[in-house]
Amino acid sequence: MKPPDDDQDELTGLPGLRTWRSVYLFVFGCFVLSVVLLLALTVIYS
Amino acid sequence: MNPLDFAVLIISMLAIAAYGMWHTRRHRDLKHYLRGDETVGWMTIGISVAATQASAITFISTPGQGYQSGLDFVQNYFGMPLALILVAAVFLPLYRRLNVYTAYEFLGSRFDTKTRLLGAGLFLVQRGLAAGITIYAPAIILSTALGWRLDLTILFSGLLVIIYTVAGGSQAVTLTQKYQMTIIFGGMVAAFAILLIKLPANLGDAFTVAGGFKKLNAVNFSFDPQRRYTFWTGLLGGLFLSLSYFGTDQSQVQRYISGSSLRESRLGLMFNAVFKIPMQFFILLLGVMVFVFYQFEPAPFYFNQSAWNQAVQHDPDGKLQGLAKEFDETHAQKEQFIHQWLDAKHDGNQAAETAAQAQALSALDRGNDLRDEAGKIMEANDPGVKSNDADYVFISFILGQLPHGLIGLLIAAFFAAALQSKSAELNALGSTTTVDFYRHMVKRDASDAHYVTASKWFTLLWGLVALGFALFAHLQENLIQAINIVGSVFYGVVLALFLIAFFLKHVGGTAVFWAALASQVMVLILYHYLHISYLWYNFIGPAACILLSLVIQAALGPTDKTKQEWTAT
Repeated sequence: MKPPDDDQDELTGLPGLRTWRSVYLFVFGCFVLSVVLLLALTVIYS
Repeated sequence: MNPLDFAVLIISMLAIAAYGMWHTRRHRDLKHYLRGDETVGWMTIGISVAATQASAITFISTPGQGYQSGLDFVQNYFGMPLALILVAAVFLPLYRRLNVYTAYEFLGSRFDTKTRLLGAGLFLVQRGLAAGITIYAPAIILSTALGWRLDLTILFSGLLVIIYTVAGGSQAVTLTQKYQMTIIFGGMVAAFAILLIKLPANLGDAFTVAGGFKKLNAVNFSFDPQRRYTFWTGLLGGLFLSLSYFGTDQSQVQRYISGSSLRESRLGLMFNAVFKIPMQFFILLLGVMVFVFYQFEPAPFYFNQSAWNQAVQHDPDGKLQGLAKEFDETHAQKEQFIHQWLDAKHDGNQAAETAAQAQALSALDRGNDLRDEAGKIMEANDPGVKSNDADYVFISFILGQLPHGLIGLLIAAFFAAALQSKSAELNALGSTTTVDFYRHMVKRDASDAHYVTASKWFTLLWGLVALGFALFAHLQENLIQAINIVGSVFYGVVLALFLIAFFLKHVGGTAVFWAALASQVMVLILYHYLHISYLWYNFIGPAACILLSLVIQAALGPTDKTKQEWTAT
């Protein structure tokens, strides 16, 4: 499967996150951070 | 509720619905009706996607889940950010390139008509069932808690959503969702603020008490297959459930394909990927804080007050009232132990702190035993009674502790949540029936106006089906789980159809069709006989379907019917 050839859509328009790959990595990083914080809450208060 | 609460509720609900209808009154073509306004930005798409997923039970039932079991339900959403990344990177570009109205059109292009109809049919079955639950769930709780008639509550919310969804189509859905979400978050944040103000303990002590009673255990790495929520079921089951839901469920696909560009749609999905876990955490934490609040204040023995009053009337021996009295005494003792526990903690006396905590835990267990005992008596006296009252915890707190005006706002928030998810479901059910069945099978070359009219009739029909289901439903599960269970049983196979379409190019329509049918039957049988977490079916269903399709395709031999060019029909 090929992604659509739409050059203007390839620009994310986000400062510091110019490619979609970097946006996905940022979102994944947020997920990891959420899990780590929840884990810390679990450990601290268990 | 007093007249001020009713005014807030009625005015906000009717005003949003009326605005949605007025704003979309001039749109008559199919593209506008099914896809909405294709100039919307990422924030609107993001809110619409979140609103479609967050039904009333998310806001009524989830705090009850937090009260009862703590934070562990948050793990259910661990797979979602990963799934949304996959949807944004793989599913979404293809849907936009094919310019489809429904996700199932893609299956027709990639495989054949029967596979397209199977995917659309499975969607209609599971979403049709869920649509009934999303009307019934809040109605049963609100009517019981507020003393309203259940049938009238169902009819008020059901008919209102049917009217504006039929009239305004997809754009009305997106538009109203934005304002409904504003009311919901305004209400939830206000409730949280009031709760924190009313808490007799400071936030640090509140967390100590919640943690000491094991309500802050958010992450669990257990491999026990019978344990419903663990890191693994959430990550793996949640990934497949979310991938199915966001990637293949028309009620979601319809929301994000309406973006003005691929960028806007993608950012709308990423907005949800980032904020869903914190949002669910916040709602569960609200429930945990309600739990802490009731450790310092007199707690209801049974939160479903209406059921309790009925049960007491049918208990001539007075056993239930005896148990309630004993619960109150245990609760008072527990409060003393908690104060001793916190005092010892502040004094740095570790031994006294541990001893008092153990006594408080023991009193909590005793209280829970008394509640269980009462539940058994109530079920024995009336088998129709649901002894689990977790769904009534938050509404009971609202009615008992919040000021008037804010009560109306919270009740409006619950209705808004019911309407926003319901409208997206009806819109999707009407679209799929029109595009995948009516336009494809019954009347191929009619005018746009004809299909818009047909779509309105199908939306109305599905609305009435959902209303009928809601009026005659009787559910045993906690309501938020009921929705997820229905989804888990049906979604997996639909997801497999799409995964095979994307990644196994040599598998053709006949192999995938029979594999999907066999896998769906297998999942239904396993669900009936096996006692494992329902989230596992989101993994079992697709795995079985993919393996079976490979085996059947190998038996059939290479097919020349596999299409390399996927174009929308």
